Amino acid sequence: MAFLWFNLALVFELLATGGFIVYLVKQHKWVFSCSYWLLVAGFFCHTILLVCQYHSLGAVPILGFKSALSFFSWSIIFAYLIFQAKFKLRVLGSFIAPLATFVMLISSTMPWLEGPVGPQFKSILLTVHIVVAFMGNGMFAVTFLAAIMYLLLERSIKQKKFGSFYDRLPSLATLDSINYYSLVYGFILLTLGMITGSIYAQHIIGTYWQWDPKEVWSLITWISYAVLIHERLVVGWRGRKAAIISIICFCILIFSFMGVSLWLGGYHSFDSLGVRKAL
Amino acid sequence: MEINIINIGMNHETAPVELRECLASKPDTMVSALATMRDLPYIREGFFLSTCNRVEALAIADDCDEAKKSLVALMSGIGSISKENLISSLYTHEGMAAVEHIFRVASSLDSMVVGEPQILGQIKDAYAEASRQKISGVILNRLMHRAFHAAKRVRTETGISEAAVSISYAAVELAKKIFHELVEKKVLLIGAGEMAELSARHLLSQGVRSMTVANRTLERAVQLAGLFSASPVSFDEITPQLNDVDIVVTSTASQGYVITLEQVKGCLRKRRNRPLFFIDIAVPRDVQPEVNQLDNVYVYDIDDLKGIIQLNMDQRRQEAVKAERIVQEEVLKFEKWLKTLAAVPTIVSLREKAESIVQAEMKKSSSALGNLTNHQRETLEIMTRSIAEKLLSDPISFLKKKAGRPTLNSYLDVTRRLFKLDKE
Repeated sequence: MAFLWFNLALVFELLATGGFIVYLVKQHKWVFSCSYWLLVAGFFCHTILLVCQYHSLGAVPILGFKSALSFFSWSIIFAYLIFQAKFKLRVLGSFIAPLATFVMLISSTMPWLEGPVGPQFKSILLTVHIVVAFMGNGMFAVTFLAAIMYLLLERSIKQKKFGSFYDRLPSLATLDSINYYSLVYGFILLTLGMITGSIYAQHIIGTYWQWDPKEVWSLITWISYAVLIHERLVVGWRGRKAAIISIICFCILIFSFMGVSLWLGGYHSFDSLGVRKAL
Repeated sequence: MEINIINIGMNHETAPVELRECLASKPDTMVSALATMRDLPYIREGFFLSTCNRVEALAIADDCDEAKKSLVALMSGIGSISKENLISSLYTHEGMAAVEHIFRVASSLDSMVVGEPQILGQIKDAYAEASRQKISGVILNRLMHRAFHAAKRVRTETGISEAAVSISYAAVELAKKIFHELVEKKVLLIGAGEMAELSARHLLSQGVRSMTVANRTLERAVQLAGLFSASPVSFDEITPQLNDVDIVVTSTASQGYVITLEQVKGCLRKRRNRPLFFIDIAVPRDVQPEVNQLDNVYVYDIDDLKGIIQLNMDQRRQEAVKAERIVQEEVLKFEKWLKTLAAVPTIVSLREKAESIVQAEMKKSSSALGNLTNHQRETLEIMTRSIAEKLLSDPISFLKKKAGRPTLNSYLDVTRRLFKLDKE
């Protein structure tokens, strides 16, 4: 069942991405509408996939790398749909859909590895921890892409070279405020994710914090974003500098999301989550 | 007698702003240029236009090459630029090409923002100055009036001026790309000239609420501020104003920079890095170009605005094609008129001869006719005159029709001999 929904979601998202890229080039409104609804369809299938997985596993489906990536892709699209509803910015999809689909494509190359999960994962606290943390990641993905769009447009205005991006991107102020809002929401979610995570850890392991690599890197990520938000609010950083820093923050986030799980071990790593053992 | 129409000039495409600054910097350029032109031996009629985007010299001359040389010398003298430096930035048009160029300029087809209406007003002013100095004559008068006519046709018959109006329009578009919307934005106008006024109107129509006007003479600032319910400030208050405003439009006639790098650098922290947009429509420039390198600060001078204008070019191309056709039509009409000029002296002498015969015959018969009432005398005069006119009317319209044909000269010759117009 999951296999079917996964592929359906992937196909819809691929089609949507193709559509969004065509829209970026041709700027036909109907192309955007088609792509948008294709993406919504993909998101719908994706959601069903997650529900199926949750139902069959009894836990949030992020215990394998494949599922984690798929869930990340879902949260990026979710964040996009929220911002699309708020800002009604067509060009946003042309940047976000490719990223979400790319993550989904990587996920699709990996084997299905999920076996039965231990009872310690079947906790509502863990579900909340993961869902909230991933939604935060999705928000930060929007921050990251808005920053890239900002830099592209800023460059074009600053250097007075009006290429195709100048026409297609919205105003600097809009991009900066998307960057800001997604940053704030992302930060709140990340903070909540870390709090729920440590409460969950207290329940299962008996300690709130145990310097697991994932925890350390999450803390580093959290501090980087905290610094960025602080500078934005207090000193009034904005524009180019804020965009560059938010790109750096996102790189740190990606590392703590993937790199740590894959290479640094600790109890957050996929190895220790029991996936490999299930083979 | 030969008629040469010569146009030498430079525009935003052929000459960089640094060079145009030299010729546009002095307010009395036009007056002195015309005065010099009047004294040039080869030039019969002249016209001189100098705006921040272009310089055009137009002359009706006896000797083409000599006139060209002296016009170049005139420009290099006014701008204190070496001739070698100048020549590479100049274009030269002769004859109908010159007429076409002037028509295109007046119709705003050669403008940086195609379709902007300011240029026509500037040409009208320049022409008024030429008339005042009595350096415009038959040909130039006709040429300029036809240029105005062509411009009017282009404006009413095509949509060219609907798409883009002016440089200030382009600047507003750019401001929207930075600020998204201009409602609640604060604007500072530095310099209270016509350009500043135009920009102010555009910005206000975009919802700008708060506006401040700074001018060297406070009186003019107060005057302009009154028009837009803006607040006037003196030049010394510009620096504190920078902490507060979002858009600065500079259009002073100042020779040096009015806004310097240091000045802007100093205000960034107090502004909490809010974007600051300088629109520098002055030539010479008012804002130090390095200001653009500061984060969140954008400076556009008049040449940069060209980029924005380029973006809208595609839409306007269609309308421009129509406009070019109108210009071509008008050029042809003018050319036809110019060619009738060759027939004009003959037609004039024909009429003069007829008139002198009428006068002579009236005088001769007056004694034989005895005492006539005034009314009878008048009727008689009208009758004799209309006989003469009717006799001449066909030959004259025949000559006019032949204008521009290669056979014209032989017909003129026949006419002059037939009516014995030349005294042997």
